[in-house]
Formats: sequence, C-alpha cells, structure tokens
Amino acid sequence: MSADDSKSLPPSPTRRKFLLTSGSGVAASLLAAYVPAAAKSATEESDSAPNNAGPSIEGAVPIMLRINGKEHSLRVDPRTTLLDCIRETVVLTGTKKGCDHGQCGACTVHVNGRRVLSCLNLALMHDGEEITTVEGLGTPDAMHPMQAAFLACDAYQCGYCTSGQIMSAVALLKEPCGPDDASVKELMSGNICRCGAYANIVDAIQQVRKRA
Amino acid sequence: MHIFEFIRPRDSAAAIAAAAQSKTAQQGADVRFIGGGTTLIDLMKLNVETPARVLDINRLPLDKIEVMPDGGLKIGATVRNSDLANHAKVQKDYSVLSQAILQGASAQIRNMATVGGNLLQRTRCVYFRDIAMPCNKREPGSGCPAITGHNRTLAILGASDHCIATNPSDMCVALAALEATIHIQGTNGSRAVVFGDFHLLPGNTPIRETVLEAGDLITHVTLPPPVTGSKQIYLKLRDRASYEFALSSAAVVITIASGGITRARIALGGVGTKPWRSPEAEAVLIGKPANDASFRQAAEAALRDAKPQSENKFKIELAKRCLTHALRTAAAS
Repeated sequence: MSADDSKSLPPSPTRRKFLLTSGSGVAASLLAAYVPAAAKSATEESDSAPNNAGPSIEGAVPIMLRINGKEHSLRVDPRTTLLDCIRETVVLTGTKKGCDHGQCGACTVHVNGRRVLSCLNLALMHDGEEITTVEGLGTPDAMHPMQAAFLACDAYQCGYCTSGQIMSAVALLKEPCGPDDASVKELMSGNICRCGAYANIVDAIQQVRKRA
Repeated sequence: MHIFEFIRPRDSAAAIAAAAQSKTAQQGADVRFIGGGTTLIDLMKLNVETPARVLDINRLPLDKIEVMPDGGLKIGATVRNSDLANHAKVQKDYSVLSQAILQGASAQIRNMATVGGNLLQRTRCVYFRDIAMPCNKREPGSGCPAITGHNRTLAILGASDHCIATNPSDMCVALAALEATIHIQGTNGSRAVVFGDFHLLPGNTPIRETVLEAGDLITHVTLPPPVTGSKQIYLKLRDRASYEFALSSAAVVITIASGGITRARIALGGVGTKPWRSPEAEAVLIGKPANDASFRQAAEAALRDAKPQSENKFKIELAKRCLTHALRTAAAS
C-alpha cells in the first residue's frame, strides 16, 4: 500500500470496517447475501449502511442460532455455511476462514459442546442449536484458562489460526486423550499453524491439563 | 456453490420419497442426503456435487449404537465417527474399527462425519475434484487424465482403463475386515447388503460407486458377534503422521491357536478403488504358523494382481510391508 492510498482510507482503516460502512457497490454486493433478519423490512432503495439495508434474499430461510448464549433469529441463503453465518451475518469475526475446505481447522467452533469445522456445515443444519465461538470463551479481562495459557506460552505468531487452535484445545480437555505430548499432538492435528507455533501450543495445552 | 433447496424430512419415509425423485443414485445425484457434510459441502463448494435438493437427515432417529440379541452391534447411519470410535464395546470387541476411525481425518471432522456418509466418502483424486479437468467418474466419457498424470496416491488394485481413483476411507477398511452388513431402506422396502458387495469396481461405469439406487437410505450397519480371542490391528501408512489419507493401510482380524492361524480377515486401504478385502491373503494364512514367513506370503498373495500407475510403483512393496507388519503386530499383541 502506498502512502497516498492510506490517506484515502477512513480514520480506522480496518478492511472489515471499511466494507461495512462504505456503502460502495462492492461492499453492498459482498454483503447482499448475508443480511440479518432485521434488514428484511428495510427498503431496497435505501442507501444507508448495507448491513441493514441490503435487498431481501431470494430463497432465504429463517433460523435461530444460540451463539455464546445469545439467541440470533436470522434469515440465511441455504448455501450459507455456519462459518459465513457467524462471521458475516452475526459479525462475530473471531472465527477465521482459512482454507474453507476442512483442511486447516481455523474455523473450529463448538456445536452443542463439541468441536466441529464451521466451514463444512450449513448454518441451516444447526437451527436451534448451541454454538460457542472464541468470543464466548472469555474476555480480555476474564480469559478462559486456555486463552491465558496461549498468552503465557507465546503459543502463536501471526494469530490467524489461534482462535481455531484455542477452540480445539478447549474441546480436547473433555475428550479421551492420553497424558503425553504425542496424544495432544494427535488430537490437535486438524489445526494447522503456518507459523509453526506447535511446540508452544502443546505447552499451553499441557499447562492447562496439568492444572485441572 | 449452486443454489439448492434445503429440506428436513420428518421421517425416513419422507426422506426416501423425496430422494426417489432423483434421476440417479446417491453419489453425484440431484437430490442428496446430508449427514455431517464433510464430503458433500466440500464438493458442493467445488461444484463437483451440484444437488438441486439437500435433505438433512441429521434429526432422523438413526443415531443409536445398540447391542443386538446375538451379541453383534447395530450402528445407526448418523452415528458420528467419534462416538463410534470411542464406544466402549467397539473399543473392546471391534478395536480395529476404533483404531481405523481414530487414524482418519481430524477430531473436528470425526465429530461431524457420520457412518453412512463415510460409507459414501468420495475419492480424493485431484482430477475428480477439479471441474476444469476431464473425469470419467464425474462426466462419463470425458476421459481419465490421472492415468497419465498425477497418480502417486491412486489405486493399484481394482483400477480400470476408465478410472484409477482410490477409495479414501479408513472406516470402510475395518468394516470390510469385520464383515459388516449395510442396511438400506428404499422405495421397495428394506434390504441388507454384505459389505463386500456394497462398493462397486469402476469398470466401464466409474460414476456408479455403490449399489444404492435413487431413494435408497442407509439406515444402519450391523457387525456380527465379536470373534472371541481375535487380535485386531489397523495400520495406516501415510505422508505425514496424522490428518492425512492412507498411502497404504491394513485391517487385520486374526485368531491364533497353538497349532497356528485358525481364522483371518484381511482388508487393505489406500491401494484399491474400493475398500479391498483380500480372500487371497486370508486363504494363505489359515493353518500356517504365525510367523514372518507366513505373513509375507499372505502379503504377496494380497498384492499378486496389483498394477502400479506411472507414479506409484512403490505402493506395491509398501502395501506388502504394511500388511506384513500389521500381521506381525497383531500376532504379538
């Protein structure tokens, strides 16, 4: 990005905020398929923010997801994956899209208490079910012990895979898993870390398991 | 992904009636059941699968594991792979199945994937997964670029001039060795198919992967009563230690008495166009002493008809060593 480009961006130039507030045709078309149910009453010609003024989606289906303890009544295109629904419709962006094909684990969330890949699920398959994302584990002031351990053990570099790693690690605590590092590595093999923070991730998980 | 209609049938009969409107059988059909979605959603994103209707069977009452009066096991079609692998009776009496499942995919995927879906798991052949390429399994008559292309991971047993795609399942290899039976409900009632008859060789029609007809719903899988005193091993060899498909695997269920081997059930994975039971290896083992010479002889028999592709001649020796070592490990257990 050149210095000139940065001047043209809004004051808080995050990509997400830019897309959500610009009202540009690009943003509107990107978000058109993912409007919350509340947007349905909005008129199509309104040019207010696209996340509450997109056109109603043809063929959209109503569902209710309980995400991190809060009920969300939504209308989604049947093609919407649970991942896209969480990120784009509910705008909980802690869950990451990596490969989008079930090969990296970045999108790991809990459904009814079990870890799954949200990219290989349709949102519609989870109508009425309990979803937990990384936002539901803890807060910066009151972190989940696993979040605290990842921080203490420096169990990440770029951080992109981290929410998926942590969701997997938290689920692992309740799964049959031998006490040794090898068992942890085996059960964490579905979460890829391109920075290679694996050794510290195993340390963080073992730290939490030993304290439990 | 193409647009589709999402339907949640109220019962099995409604699911079957809706699926019976499909022009073809389950795989690649215009009406598809969805279980875990781990294969189907992936392939829908690639436009390899383009169903017009998706029938969600996850809330049908097909999610139980029950011990049958004869001591065998009845496993519902929507039982999750992780629940099956961690089931106490499976771990105790059918440990080859537990081992096979736990060596497949990742913990997240095993929590999603169903038994019925795993039976229908589709090949990882890169040409099948890329709609820009010809593929006889996807588009009959378009050709098989794998035969002269990237085929290192593809089949050395059961291939034809039309398709050399490997069946990727681990679970199915164990079910073959355990002589499972697949129970199907369709528009003409129920039927039971022995495991070895369920998957089809590619032959001239690689698009047909199983005996399923339009409308057929797999309801459950049964296992015969456990074989007392049997030793069971699933050995999987792959390019990385975990979260990878098999280059070669072996499921072994073997009974050894003082006079030698009295019973053997052998199946191979990662090398065949279907989960590969080897009656040839089983026949060699019966009555033989449980030693390396017998095991190697069985492995030679299992791979006798193997035909390597241009990039995977190594798989023949790999599969032989895999089976030999699995038998050795089982015998020593």
